[in-house]
Amino acid sequence: MLLSALIGTLEQGLVYGIMALGVYITYRILHFADLTVDGSFPLGAAVAARFIAAGGSPLMGTVLAMAAGMLAGLTTGFLNTKLKISGLLSGILTMTALYSVNLRIMGRANIPLLRKPTLVSWFGERGMAPWVLFLITLVLIKILLDLFLKTEIGFAIRATGDNEQMIRSCGVNTDGMKLVGLGLANCLVALSGALVAQYQGFADVGMGVGTVVAGLASVIAGQALVRFHGLGWATTGVIVGSLIYRVAIFAALRLGLAPTDLKLITAVLVVLALSGPVWSSSLAKFGGGKRRATNIPAA
Amino acid sequence: MLRISQLRKVFANGSGVEMTALDNISLEVKAGDFITIIGSNGAGKSTLLNVIAGVYDVDEGEIWIDGVNVTNQPEYRRAHFIGRVFQDPMIGTAASMTIEENLAMAMKRASRLGLTPGVTPRDRSRFRELLAVLGLGLEDRLQEPVGLLSGGQRQALTLLMATISNPKLLLLDEHTAALDPKTGEMIGELTNKIVKSRELTVLMVTHDLRQALEFGNRTIMMDQGQIILDLQDPERASMTVDDLLDQFEAVRGKRLLDDRVLLVR
Repeated sequence: MLLSALIGTLEQGLVYGIMALGVYITYRILHFADLTVDGSFPLGAAVAARFIAAGGSPLMGTVLAMAAGMLAGLTTGFLNTKLKISGLLSGILTMTALYSVNLRIMGRANIPLLRKPTLVSWFGERGMAPWVLFLITLVLIKILLDLFLKTEIGFAIRATGDNEQMIRSCGVNTDGMKLVGLGLANCLVALSGALVAQYQGFADVGMGVGTVVAGLASVIAGQALVRFHGLGWATTGVIVGSLIYRVAIFAALRLGLAPTDLKLITAVLVVLALSGPVWSSSLAKFGGGKRRATNIPAA
Repeated sequence: MLRISQLRKVFANGSGVEMTALDNISLEVKAGDFITIIGSNGAGKSTLLNVIAGVYDVDEGEIWIDGVNVTNQPEYRRAHFIGRVFQDPMIGTAASMTIEENLAMAMKRASRLGLTPGVTPRDRSRFRELLAVLGLGLEDRLQEPVGLLSGGQRQALTLLMATISNPKLLLLDEHTAALDPKTGEMIGELTNKIVKSRELTVLMVTHDLRQALEFGNRTIMMDQGQIILDLQDPERASMTVDDLLDQFEAVRGKRLLDDRVLLVR
């Protein structure tokens, strides 16, 4: 009982890990707080579910979902780079618009996928648990992403997030790089949404709420836990963070917390993690006041 | 090489107050010229470089580089043939990326980026050779993030990055001013060495009047958005800092007042 619940938790960690890698691209690499994610995640679910429910192939549905997610990311990028709307607001606008778009795509608030052929059921028929599908997909994406970030375009995207002035003076169109990064990130987010819908057996218009915060929690947790340097380790950290995050949620539920409280807990956790530097410096002041005082005259 | 004609650039703040940063500037630069640009704060020196680089659009006038009208080209496109070093050593490099990654991006400034590996073993051996010329030991630290380097090391790297693809034009905006005197001198020497060996065309803004006369073959003095003096070798070669100040007074009827300029005398 506990074992199967734990396996379910790890499966969630893997499938949401794909989304977390998308958040990693925008938040960590592009330094762009992209809220599109809360809309592109259910967008992926909506496109895949609608396609599969209408009798389409689950693989095709998933690919279409990725394309739709990429379009959503490009929309945010267009608002930001061409129309000069701030990054945060661009994401919020796309996310808000996507709520209506997702309802249009689904035609109703919820599409059940029970007894429809899905990627998960395809694996199930061959005696493989969903985590096999998720693990293969996640590892493949991680490796491809690591390789991509080492290419010329990958360099340019990383430099755009690091120092826009520098990479522009190296002849790179930074607007284009933001578009590529946002498109790619939301493509992964939508893929994650499409797989989650096939995993849980339905797509729901409200399933995106809090996705970006869960993604951030994974990225931050991973960064705290995996402290080796280098890009390969960073993406490994995101995956580890996603797994840890789902285990933490699982533990919180076991402790008797209501599922409806989880978003609050996640938000508090992210706040604590992000404010870590503030806490540790004021703790240092509190605990080591004397030592600090002796340092002051030198400055 | 570079031809600027009747350039005007006006900055306006929100309340409608206008400041003419460039007032009808015309300048002809020959290939291989090394021009130093001096003038007090707000004279328009940095604006001139930024307008040439495409950071700002101009209000009037044209900029031609090697027979091509670049006036309306975006900054990133002009960067294909313009190398730049900024005053702030942090601006020219990407701190989270490694030395070799930074160099690789600079090297490909004129080429279309693709999905091939950003750094190849061949690039690496070339980077090692180039870095060895700096004499800072950076050739053994190719895979360290640039953020670990000192300001002087980062500026030396930026200089290398700005010149690695033999740009048609090198723009230096007080690139030694933010460094300590010794490091500044080292970067200055390095600049001369690289410019001479590659026969680059250079525009260098400086606050240091002595440096302005020592470096290059031509000195331009700017004031209130205009070029007020244009001194060329050999006439320039025999000039002193005091001659420069006297010339300014003769043209403008006032002393060149700028604490930063005066400090270096």
